[in-house]
Amino acid sequence: MAYLDHAATTPMLPEALDAYVATAREVGNASSLHGPGRAARRLVEESRERIAAVLGARPSEVIFTGGGTESDNLAVKGVYWARRPAGRTKVLVGAVEHHAVLDAVHWLGEHEGAEVVSLPVDHEGRVRPEVLAEALDDKAALVTVMWANNEVGTVQPIAELAALAAARGVPLHTDAVQAVGQVPVDYAASGVAALTLTGHKLGGPLGVGALVLGRDVACTPQLHGGGQERDVRSGTLDVPGIVSFACAVEHAVKHQEQHAQRLAALRDELIEWVRAVVPDAILNGAPADEPGSRLPGNAHFSFPGCEGDALLLLLDAQDIAVSTGSACSAGVAQPSHVLLQMGADPLSARSSLRFTLGHTSTRADLDALITALPPAVDRARRAGMSR
Amino acid sequence: MSGGVDSAVAAARAVAAGHDVTGVHLALSKNAATHRTGARGCCTKEDAHDARRAADVLGIPFYVWDMAERFHEDVIEDFVAEYAAGRTPNPCLRCNEKIKFAAVLDRALALGFDAVVTGHHARLGADGLLRRSVDLAKDQSYVLAVLNSEQLGHSMFPLGDSTKEQVRAEAHARGLAVADKPDSHDICFIADGDTQGFLRKHLGSEPGDIVDAGTGEVLGKHDGAFAYTVGQRKGLALGRPAPDGRPRYVLSITPVTNTVTVGPAEALEVSQVDGERTVWIAGQPPTGPVECEVQLRAHGRPAPAVAELDGSVLSVRLRRPERGIAAGQAVVVYRPDPAGDIVLGSATITTAS
Repeated sequence: MAYLDHAATTPMLPEALDAYVATAREVGNASSLHGPGRAARRLVEESRERIAAVLGARPSEVIFTGGGTESDNLAVKGVYWARRPAGRTKVLVGAVEHHAVLDAVHWLGEHEGAEVVSLPVDHEGRVRPEVLAEALDDKAALVTVMWANNEVGTVQPIAELAALAAARGVPLHTDAVQAVGQVPVDYAASGVAALTLTGHKLGGPLGVGALVLGRDVACTPQLHGGGQERDVRSGTLDVPGIVSFACAVEHAVKHQEQHAQRLAALRDELIEWVRAVVPDAILNGAPADEPGSRLPGNAHFSFPGCEGDALLLLLDAQDIAVSTGSACSAGVAQPSHVLLQMGADPLSARSSLRFTLGHTSTRADLDALITALPPAVDRARRAGMSR
Repeated sequence: MSGGVDSAVAAARAVAAGHDVTGVHLALSKNAATHRTGARGCCTKEDAHDARRAADVLGIPFYVWDMAERFHEDVIEDFVAEYAAGRTPNPCLRCNEKIKFAAVLDRALALGFDAVVTGHHARLGADGLLRRSVDLAKDQSYVLAVLNSEQLGHSMFPLGDSTKEQVRAEAHARGLAVADKPDSHDICFIADGDTQGFLRKHLGSEPGDIVDAGTGEVLGKHDGAFAYTVGQRKGLALGRPAPDGRPRYVLSITPVTNTVTVGPAEALEVSQVDGERTVWIAGQPPTGPVECEVQLRAHGRPAPAVAELDGSVLSVRLRRPERGIAAGQAVVVYRPDPAGDIVLGSATITTAS
């Protein structure tokens, strides 16, 4: 099997899996006062420190959650609710955000009186700083712009955006689930107020993530109960998940540079080969040869005249796992809002396919893809666009 | 795979027969409801989930194909237009003709598949002949009779040799959770079952006269002739009884004058039915009269008749008069056979007299 869908989820790193299994054998609620409780608590706090250390954050800024969607919802809704009483009712949101952010923001607009301001992107999917500068005003509650896009892999100028927001006293949240381990991510240096990361996108377990949230950023809790995480998030802590998550984050960040170099080289080869066998394929997003502008493992193409879904089916039949976009919208084909916002027409948006590489990717995966792709494209073209 | 028991077992049998099978669920509505309510309708997200679950149990790939736009154009708009023209369409038949064994089949063939397998209750043998299911109560050969030989050549109906009961038992044995799912009824895109309400919404109301066939007298008013079907007795709201005190039935609908004509039951009786858009499946079209049985509506009884083909016009003389034959329905011609009645051909009814 050629697994070319690491942006959906990654295989677990062996050390993260070992850490999970070892911890899961032990009993202990991290909130308990007895010995097993203390042991669990110690593992949790060590994990918090390890994550903070590699992300340029303080341990107290790391809030464990149930994953990316929860972290995004907590940041977006929590910061909005905390700042709304002061008349801060605008939410500025990047136009190509993941649905975990986008739908949370729109929900605030529909039910909680938020004024939603969509920040348009350029044709590569980037929120330009001048766009944010113009949209910022004294009514802004928060800005939320992803660190890197999950579909086309475009890396946002986060530090510039965060600086603009901070200058107006507005916290910026960034969904960095695709970025951590792929590009350098330093919480403090970036100047963002809140940062989402999740385990399963970087070799860690599913169902555990974190929100890195500055001590001075007010955030209304959404899960009430034991108040385990700084009173911002309640719920018995998932000790094995957290230990395994910390292990994966540490590994991913420490090896980020060499990992990115390896992936980028493979990815560039993939792009070259795809263009060689399907000359009219269009690479979406930022150019691959522009340093730092695109995730190293991401290649996203439109194949004119093909339905992305048809290509996926045909490649899947050859044991090649790819995606038409974000797995959350998989099911009924909807043209990707990311591509539409980048200026693609709906037809070309539906003819796209995403290939994402990760720590298990090899040359053999590319060989399998390049062998299977030309006949798949021919067949998909014959099948045409369904309607 | 609709999410029902029939298509799940059909897929299972195709897998068991050694075919390389991929499950496809059709998304036929742009805004599908989340849950199904009761036994009506289909194509909810819950149905898609049930279909996906069945595919997972069978270990086959599963995809949702969005055919909503084509379904709207070819089936729903046609359904409304046919009613507006005073005819009574059968949308399931239309869906088979235009979607399942056309749009889906074409796409499948282009993608490298060989055939479409469905859970219809009908038999399609190696001889290429389409026959009624062994389960006459569930037989669906009527709604498949519009398919031409080319379409049938790329179709498989693995359930035709089984009764519905056997199909459910097999689903149980195979661990398919849909084994006891209720059958779907009615028209899938009219989830609440209110066809008249659906038509009113799409065609608006347009008051007109209900006229007595014998005297020409105006007996009442209606809100739109499209809401009536030939043979209908209920819902006429005529206020006063006929002079002879006998019930009256809708005999015909005339859209041009927006008139519904009513009369006694015997006036519904017809012995001559003509159809167009004829499809002749079984061998060469006949050159002379053919002794046969015909079915004139879904779940209708077979009626002995003589059929004759003149170009694309099918002319059927019934041995005994039949009641309530509506233009727009299909007339399907069968040859009785001990191994299962054989579908010879079909046509869309244009006139009945």
